[in-house]
Amino acid sequence: MSKNNFVIAVYVENKYGVLTRVTSMFTRRGFNIDTLTVGETESPEYSRITISLSGDRTDRMQLVSQLTKLYNVKKVEVLSNEEAIKRELLLIKVKNDLDNRAQIMDAVNVFKAKTVDYSSQAMCFEVTGDSNKIDAFIDNMKPFGIIEMCRTGIVALERGPDSILSE
Amino acid sequence: MKLKGAEIVVETLIEQNIKTIFGYPGGTVIDIYDQLYKKSDRINHVLTAHEQGAAHAADGYARATGDIGVVLATSGPGATNLVTGIATAYLDSVPLLAITGNVPNTLIGRDSFQEIDITGITLPITKHNFLVHDVEDLADTIREAIRIAKSGRPGPVLVDIPKDVQGASCEFTYKAPVEKTALKPADDKLVHDAAALIAESNRPYIYFGGGAVRAGAGALISELADKIDAVIGCSMMGLSELPTQLDRFLGMQGMHGHYASSKAMAKADLIIGVGVRFSDRATGDTEKFSKGARKIQIDADFAELGKNVDLELGCACDISDFLRKLIDAVDYKRNPNWMTKIDKLREQEAAQEYQGFLPRDAVMAAAALNDEDTDVVTDVGQHQMWVAQYYDFKKKRTWISSGGLGTMGFGMGAAIGAAYGSKKRTVLFTGDGSFGMNLNELATAVTYNVPVTVVLFNNGVLGMVRQWQTLFYNKTYSNTTLDRKTDFVKLAESFGAKGYKAENLEEFKEAFAEANKAEGPVVIDLTIDKDDLVMPMMKPGGSFDRLILATEEENRHE
Repeated sequence: MSKNNFVIAVYVENKYGVLTRVTSMFTRRGFNIDTLTVGETESPEYSRITISLSGDRTDRMQLVSQLTKLYNVKKVEVLSNEEAIKRELLLIKVKNDLDNRAQIMDAVNVFKAKTVDYSSQAMCFEVTGDSNKIDAFIDNMKPFGIIEMCRTGIVALERGPDSILSE
Repeated sequence: MKLKGAEIVVETLIEQNIKTIFGYPGGTVIDIYDQLYKKSDRINHVLTAHEQGAAHAADGYARATGDIGVVLATSGPGATNLVTGIATAYLDSVPLLAITGNVPNTLIGRDSFQEIDITGITLPITKHNFLVHDVEDLADTIREAIRIAKSGRPGPVLVDIPKDVQGASCEFTYKAPVEKTALKPADDKLVHDAAALIAESNRPYIYFGGGAVRAGAGALISELADKIDAVIGCSMMGLSELPTQLDRFLGMQGMHGHYASSKAMAKADLIIGVGVRFSDRATGDTEKFSKGARKIQIDADFAELGKNVDLELGCACDISDFLRKLIDAVDYKRNPNWMTKIDKLREQEAAQEYQGFLPRDAVMAAAALNDEDTDVVTDVGQHQMWVAQYYDFKKKRTWISSGGLGTMGFGMGAAIGAAYGSKKRTVLFTGDGSFGMNLNELATAVTYNVPVTVVLFNNGVLGMVRQWQTLFYNKTYSNTTLDRKTDFVKLAESFGAKGYKAENLEEFKEAFAEANKAEGPVVIDLTIDKDDLVMPMMKPGGSFDRLILATEEENRHE
């Protein structure tokens, strides 16, 4: 069966150790996570974990079932590509070099990146967008010398008026 | 009333109708033991020789009674010694409550004496676990742990209680015993669709496992089979739910299953799985497994549906409810060609049996001398398979064996637990390898005068691994020859138990009959041949098309 990328939103109790329970299940069942983000939600009792990974249909069903079985998990939803808004944030530090500076700034403008730090040796940019855009920006920066970078992984919400808790 | 945490633990267990618990004391559970001593007229504690034995005993108790088993251990090594027992219960979906003490809250995280992160360690082998930081949460956490362990697909739950929580006080009020969360009723449309698949099939095979035992669904399975003219087979975990002699029942299928049962499953055009997970030991290579068959799976746990094999239809619900509705929904039908084929398979199976095979004869003799409701416990290895193959089960829940985890050393503790559950003599079949792992629990059986007959199939080797070495590793017997010189009769006597030695079937029968008259534990050391094999056998990762048969293997020797 063909493997696809997909994103799963998991609504969990905001308690000590819950993230470990979720990630431990992934390890035990042999699922490989591409990205994982976690943070508070509109309700302080709950956290939202967003996981992106790749797998076939059986993997996806098994994953949702196993997540749903965890005691602290309240809701699990697979977010479709069409119906979901997905964003990632990148911080990237690039060598500041007189010869390249103009080219770098061109890319920064095209990608609507924000300059967040500037010194004679290095520049740091912030980029948000879907993962493809982030990948493309990183590719653009490679020739100029990336000193270090950090990306958040995907956060995602479904379009429209409903929440993950709606039936 | 205001109670200390330790007293709350014991009062909550009593409130929840827990009659017997198994355990071992230590520094961080002294307070709980203090309370158990004071309340020993209301709750019974069985002190084992080792925490692992206590965990297996609680597991055996749960399997024999269908109720929850409870085990108590101290922090650190006490807790880690439970791990194999908890994992055994997890893999076989046994409701188990494990209570551990831990160092005081203030010492957690400092690598204090006998401190271990037992909730972390047991995370992947429990349905859920709790670390109780506050005495106010204690009673409700224990109640919730019991509810989780018993509900849906049962399993072990661990509650870790720091010592200061046991010493702190709070208000305690009794509550009613927790109710299991009800399972979903069967979906009518899925029942209807299943009936349609049955109508289209000519070679139906009902395949049930531990989930059917848990639901007590044997009678319904038999009724359905009668109505749609199906044959029935089971996984190892399903044994004893239906009487061995039931006409449509072909017995256990799988790696060491009955020839007719495994072959019929391979030839079926419809497999109806009931509370069974299609494990690798039952299916072999899932790509080749019963390719011609459509598959229906009914299970209490939705995550089981399609986990191991592709399905035509899956339904997560109350198994009994589904079967009841399905029996109403299907039309009466006959499959004469299928039955003719089954009769042929049965004839072929009968032709493979050879005479004078001591392991089989001993199992059958024990079955004949036992009561119908005697619990039969096994360890893991060849003896386990021989009992699974040849024991004539008549009553439900009389088969107690470690299936999923395959835990050598399970038997001695589990047999003690089962005897407490059934309040009558339990028979443990074991091997010299398995028995060697936890024979310390013989001391427990002697102390409490527990009626356990230990039938020790003694071949001086680790027979099952040796069998693989014989068949697949050019007879390179690496580290499977024990040759330990242990005198098991003297060993039994030194523990304070009775011991008998048997070299043949007649001596075995005599010793077994004597054991039935005894009061406490009895060990029967039965010498068997080290080259006896469990047959038939499906090669690991193989398929039912190519079973290794006893007759073939004999030919190969010649």
